[in-house]
Amino acid sequence: MSLIEQFQFNFLDDSRWQFIVSGLKNTIIITFFAVLLGIFLGFVIAIVRSTHDKTGKLKILNVICRVYLTVIRGTPTMVQLLIVYYVIFATVDPGKIVVAIIAFGMNSAAYVAEIVRSGIMSIDQGQFEAGRSLGLNYTQTMTKIILPQAVKNILPALGNELIVLLKETSISGYIGLMDLTRGGDIIRSQTYSALFPLLAVAAIYLIIVCFLTYLVGRLERRLRTNERK
Amino acid sequence: MSVSNEVLLDVQGLQKAYGSNQVLNGITTQIRRGEVVAIIGPSGCGKSTFLRSLNLLEEPTGGKILFEGTDITDPKVDINRHRQKIGMVFQQFNLFPHKTVKENIMLAPVTLKLMSKEEAEKTALELLKRVGLPDKADSYPDMLSGGQKQRIAIARSLAMNPDVMLFDEPTSALDPEMVGEVLELMQELAKSGMTMVVVTHEMGFAREVATRVLFIDEGKIQEENSPKEFFANPKNKRLQEFLSKTL
Repeated sequence: MSLIEQFQFNFLDDSRWQFIVSGLKNTIIITFFAVLLGIFLGFVIAIVRSTHDKTGKLKILNVICRVYLTVIRGTPTMVQLLIVYYVIFATVDPGKIVVAIIAFGMNSAAYVAEIVRSGIMSIDQGQFEAGRSLGLNYTQTMTKIILPQAVKNILPALGNELIVLLKETSISGYIGLMDLTRGGDIIRSQTYSALFPLLAVAAIYLIIVCFLTYLVGRLERRLRTNERK
Repeated sequence: MSVSNEVLLDVQGLQKAYGSNQVLNGITTQIRRGEVVAIIGPSGCGKSTFLRSLNLLEEPTGGKILFEGTDITDPKVDINRHRQKIGMVFQQFNLFPHKTVKENIMLAPVTLKLMSKEEAEKTALELLKRVGLPDKADSYPDMLSGGQKQRIAIARSLAMNPDVMLFDEPTSALDPEMVGEVLELMQELAKSGMTMVVVTHEMGFAREVATRVLFIDEGKIQEENSPKEFFANPKNKRLQEFLSKTL
């Protein structure tokens, strides 16, 4: 078969391209909502942890957060996905997409939390003291002074976490969910030709990652320039 | 400007220990409205810790601090409310680098809902004029010299309209040629009647601007006097040594 014929056979016959398109759609949905969940949970954990480090308060919450981080970072993402699907949601079925969002979001939260915490801790203690000496309370100092600076510092690391998460979702097929990877794999299993479907899948991931890298870079530059005009 | 009889800060037997390291060993003094108190002493003597205790950036381990009659070391007291009236200027300026100069000054009054944005902006611009930097309103701190940063930090503190201002070695991080502009501003503040407590190595400032000078060593006030007496007739032996080394 010529290359053109192979292309035709893999993607156009029986509208097989639809596997790629609907897989991609699921991958994007899962990544998008998992990132939101991960960032939200991650910030909460980071704030609990650094509030504990700075003030000694929130002892019990801090212990819970530390256990959470240890467990999530100490076990493979795939095992976590399977546990969420087969154990936690054994009796109720919220839909596979939702399961994947929860599993990947909870996983990402652990990494986001440590990134955010390192960002908070990297801000000079003098900033904190300046805020408090003006009469701002802990929360006001955090939200107006510390977090805006911390977020700026950790933006590249957060962008990187987003990219890692996008690629991690490629194991969604293990709970029978058709994401981009599984979509390409289904084509392969129908046509018995691996080259085109898998290369197409890889290329799509690559394009998305490049696009995200570009976006993060732009955002970073915009945040930097407003300090030195 | 004359010193009134009204006691703003009444410090009674103040102690501070880090573990077994006793830094402040029972400090008792009163600071009255209109006073400019200079605190000098060898490094590590506890003078910065003392100053930072006055607005509870350091939590005392013993003794009391009455600010305008309220014991602020009492955990039930809302310290944030009192800190609004106790300005602080740091050695390292601690301006907020993500905010413009104007926003630095406006941040606290607006966040604490003491002023509307418009009022705060007006106040900020007036204060910038007062510290001699009206053209820096929209600059970011990173673009300023050390002396300029410290003058902005003073303006930021003034925006809260404090009853007393604490200065923690405000000129120690500055290049020599920038010390003058900051001291001048502080002198102007003193003349306007601001109550000030200043930890400093600038003996000239202590001598000419202060109304009272304290010498702290080993966590205690070893000597306090009017600047004239303090420098002309030091009685404490360690103070005599200290002055002979610094003058």
